[in-house]
Amino acid sequence: MDLARYILRRALLSAFVVMGVTFLVFVVAQVVPSDPAALYAGPRPNAEQIEKARVTLNLDAPLPERFARFAVSMATGDFGVSYKSRRLISQDLRVYLPATLELAVSSTLLALLIGIPAGVATAARQGSWGDRLGSLGSILAVAMPTFFFAMLLQMIFASWLGILPLSGRLSREISISDPLPFITGFNLIDAMLAGRPQVFVDALWHLILPALTLAAYPAGIAMRLTRSAMIDILSRRHITAARALGLPERRILYGHALRNAVGPALTMIGLSFAFALTGSVLVEIIFAWPGLGRYVSDSILSKDFPVIAAATLVVTVCYVLMNLVIDLTQAVVDPRVALK
Amino acid sequence: MSVLRRLGLGGSLGLAVILTFALLAVAAPLLAPYPGQGMGDPNVTAKLTPPSAEFWLGTDHLGRDLLSRVIYGTRVSMSAGLMIVAVSLLVGLPVGLLAGYFGGWVDEALMRVTDVFLAFPALLLAVLMAAALGPGLLNSIVAVSVTWWPWYARMARAEVLVLRGQPYVEAARLMGVSHPRILIRHILPGAARPLLVQAALDFGPALLTASALSFLGLGVLPPTADWGKMVDEGRKFFPDRWWVSTAPGVAIFLLALAFSVLGDALRGREGGKRDDPS
Repeated sequence: MDLARYILRRALLSAFVVMGVTFLVFVVAQVVPSDPAALYAGPRPNAEQIEKARVTLNLDAPLPERFARFAVSMATGDFGVSYKSRRLISQDLRVYLPATLELAVSSTLLALLIGIPAGVATAARQGSWGDRLGSLGSILAVAMPTFFFAMLLQMIFASWLGILPLSGRLSREISISDPLPFITGFNLIDAMLAGRPQVFVDALWHLILPALTLAAYPAGIAMRLTRSAMIDILSRRHITAARALGLPERRILYGHALRNAVGPALTMIGLSFAFALTGSVLVEIIFAWPGLGRYVSDSILSKDFPVIAAATLVVTVCYVLMNLVIDLTQAVVDPRVALK
Repeated sequence: MSVLRRLGLGGSLGLAVILTFALLAVAAPLLAPYPGQGMGDPNVTAKLTPPSAEFWLGTDHLGRDLLSRVIYGTRVSMSAGLMIVAVSLLVGLPVGLLAGYFGGWVDEALMRVTDVFLAFPALLLAVLMAAALGPGLLNSIVAVSVTWWPWYARMARAEVLVLRGQPYVEAARLMGVSHPRILIRHILPGAARPLLVQAALDFGPALLTASALSFLGLGVLPPTADWGKMVDEGRKFFPDRWWVSTAPGVAIFLLALAFSVLGDALRGREGGKRDDPS
């Protein structure tokens, strides 16, 4: 009963937040910029062209009506036309969103795969050299500017060692002469569906550096959170009891202690997913990754507001849904959450 | 020095690095080897020279001494970090105070607005804001602050919720002290302290976000030196002329690292006394 009420309340709240986000994006993208019509009309427009654009964009209508139209078109997936390329934004998003999600999901997995075991290991051997090294690593990872870290990784692994590709999503031999069919837009999945293992490996190879860049910060945070949660749990009585029973240390750590740290781990998924979505703006231009982040950063200088607005909105809605799923999962796993 | 002993080795080192950068920012014209180039004068006879005795960190694509540029860039980075945190506090603290103190529909309304701002992946909202406002240091500070204040609003609210129930606040209410007076005289001092500590800890992240915006071309206007922008300028020559991006990149990293280490030292001292969790 409480759980059902919690789920309902949480879902309503998310719906409200999505409305609010839409309104905020509308205000920033359509009301704050000085003259959207002049931007829409293209380079060096004359007065007549601007007037025409004003009518096309419906800028003379009262604000509530403009917002209503904006919200309806966003909800129906009609994101308008890019000022710069004149292409339909919805078509671009279909290609770019999967690319960014592929990167975000991979880096989130990577961050958890590095951060959680490192947190458990360092908590198990508090004060050892390994613990100190791990703490140092997490501090360095958190202070590293993402864009500079991306360049350093490129320099080391692509330029010096030459073991990983410098940039892009696929090798040119594949993307130009023998492209993958667009099925889901996730290269790893499409390669499997098309039954082309070499392409799968190539896509994975290209994914490593950008995913690692985006994983560094959340892995550092995940390690810290896991470590402190584990230290907290390891000092409790049921762990002492398990030790007294002579259970193997590995089973105590991963079986009894880590289970209690699942809550923070779920929070970390949300955190690193958000970081990956945010960081994609920086990382995708450096790795020439054709995703939403690069779409946005390419649109900044041309003041292509429809593109920035649509991308921001889509990514934010993804993020809100992700958080909703995480909160609901948490409430199901640990019913105490719903009672708070 | 008892302060240093309490901070430990890491915290003291962090503090030292921060003070060094602060000194560089204040005394840039005296300390930079080429103050003119630090402020933007081109020096076309020495384009992209590697680090040498003459130019310790090398020169950029306009031949400007990178050491001088990095020293001048300290001013922008330090002030951006400070301003973001200050502006966010000025907005977030009152919102949190009002929401927590009055509760009811005031609380509900203010916190739902806060939720909306928190729903965005922060940098994306900042990019959208900065793009709408146009480039420039002040605009980028505003853009980041828009994504930053909700955290302080939430924290302040949580503090007030605790303080509001304290007997001394109830006593003041019973004595007929007005709401504004209770808020400012009796609740603000208690609520502000943990927020100020948090704000100090947030310097590093604020600095990183501001430099990310300027890396994207949404920060200061040329020819002012700014670390994020310098890393971006050097990208064209990377990795062959690695020093152009590396000098400012390492500067951002060092300063953010120093704040983070100092923050850990401060926080660790606070969190030191904990009751037995079982």
